[in-house]
Amino acid sequence: MNIADDLYKEIILDHYRSKKNRRRLDPADYHQEGVNPSCGDDIELFIKTDGGIISEVTYDGIGCSICTASANMLCEALVGNSIEFAGKVLSRFKGMLIRAEEPDFPDSAADLEAMQGLRDYPVRIKCALLAWNTLDQILNDIQSDEKPQSLVDTERPG
Amino acid sequence: MSRRTVSRTYPIDRIRTEFPILGTTMRGKPLAYLDSGATSLKPQVVVDAELHYLTRISANIHRGVYQLSEEATVRFDEARDSVRQFINAGDEGEVIFTKNATESSNIIAFGWGRKFLKTGDEIITTELEHHANLVPWQQVAAATGAKLLFVPLDPVGRVSPDAVESVVTERTRVMAVTGMSNVTGYMPPLRDIAAIARRAGAVFVVDGAQLVSHHPVDVQSLGCDFLTFSAHKMCGPTGVGALYGRRDLLEAMDPLLYGGDMIVRVGKESATFKGVPDKFESGTPNISGVIGFGAAVRYLQGIGMEAIAGHEQELLAHAVRRVGEVPGVAIYGPVTEQGVAGGVSEPGGILSFNLGDLHPHDVGAVLDGEGVAVRTGFHCAQPMMQFLGVPGTVRASFYLYNTFEEIDRLVDALNKTLEVFS
Ligand SMILES: Cc1ncc(COP(=O)(O)O)c(C=O)c1O
Repeated sequence: MNIADDLYKEIILDHYRSKKNRRRLDPADYHQEGVNPSCGDDIELFIKTDGGIISEVTYDGIGCSICTASANMLCEALVGNSIEFAGKVLSRFKGMLIRAEEPDFPDSAADLEAMQGLRDYPVRIKCALLAWNTLDQILNDIQSDEKPQSLVDTERPG
Repeated sequence: MSRRTVSRTYPIDRIRTEFPILGTTMRGKPLAYLDSGATSLKPQVVVDAELHYLTRISANIHRGVYQLSEEATVRFDEARDSVRQFINAGDEGEVIFTKNATESSNIIAFGWGRKFLKTGDEIITTELEHHANLVPWQQVAAATGAKLLFVPLDPVGRVSPDAVESVVTERTRVMAVTGMSNVTGYMPPLRDIAAIARRAGAVFVVDGAQLVSHHPVDVQSLGCDFLTFSAHKMCGPTGVGALYGRRDLLEAMDPLLYGGDMIVRVGKESATFKGVPDKFESGTPNISGVIGFGAAVRYLQGIGMEAIAGHEQELLAHAVRRVGEVPGVAIYGPVTEQGVAGGVSEPGGILSFNLGDLHPHDVGAVLDGEGVAVRTGFHCAQPMMQFLGVPGTVRASFYLYNTFEEIDRLVDALNKTLEVFS
């Protein structure tokens, strides 16, 4: 397989090129910044909720195509869905990349399957996970009902 | 073989056969290794030297009266002498083996800086520095109340003697400057800075991690007080580095580590320590690594550092021209100004660039798929990235074994990157 076909599938490149969800929400109910210190990638997530439903979700920041495509997929997959749904997609996405589980995504998140090829490029997995680890922090904060503050180093979660 | 190199006498074909890894592939393509700035490839002679120790000697040094232990000690001392000669240090006590350039920097910052700097003293450095030559000084400044001052760079990231003078005061105690930027390959005017440091009564610390591996260095004519470098960037093993320090400075310093090998006598309550270099080398060192390091510098000397530097300049000139032709490429550093032949007297063999608005990792990934290894990211030099105003760069770096063809493959892979992301 060729790296360009494996990694840079058209569907990933479409999400990378799309600037639709790349903007800041001010005010946002939840705002969290995540960094990957080893590559300097830096993504901020903004979320508005409405009765347990994610009514708006956007991102901003600096990252490679895998990182920003993944952030865009996150926004597309989660908007209009519940917090529980977000948690479920998050754990399936990590399952696919980290534990090599078969992808099993709800329809709105089906594009995430295109990231499966990353399993052969382990150093890039963290690029795809940056936005999701940042989301993880927000979900924890939602659960503990506390607004997030600090910067998370998502390469060493927990 | 016509396009391998311009110089007819440089033994590029022989050199390439001496590095076993050059016969291998990456992602199914012949390896084009353009990342020697991160770590160099290792020639067979270095592997053999390590293997000989591991399989035929194996004993610890400075202990035991049996033959193998003696032999280990002799080889270890030989390596120190080879490294001493390589940088023309005055005596062997001035060469300390460490685990890498980073450890060497920390020994200076904590062993000298922490002991002798006082509140209000000033440490002069630059935004060109690798974190290894910056973060230890930040820590020591915070601990002692000393201040860090940065030499203003010109727009392409150069240091002029006047700019250095402009930050010198009567409180200047240390000048810590890279001998060669690992981002742009730029080489500051070290001799001029050494003269300024001497007049200011400051200790002059040179980060030689890139400089020593790529250019001839003579610490006595250079006039530096300390020099740090790593074996792995100069054909040697990982896990070994060196610290050169002027004897009187080293003698005045305290070691960072205490224990065996560095003591004269130990009582229940106190101990007395050996002189240099032993007091800085407590515990069993990386013996096979040090022996490999010795073999590496002898190997480089056999080819000649002038010849290697000349070869790298030819490669750089070719790379600046060819990479510069790729649509959307922005090259960083002094090489942009007038090309390599103009303005810049001695650029090191490093080319940092970006391709349009593509993230360096994306460029690096497509290059990887073409068998071309480059470094991408911020290169452990975040202040330099801030100076350049970019989050990161793609960095191709060259060494004694690289060829024009490899640079041409880099260029083809860059064009392919443009296609993938078009
Ligand atoms: C200029 C410079 N200084 C210091 C270092 C640190 O070397 P090491 O990681 O071997 O300690 C490097 C390595 O990248 C470097 O390029």
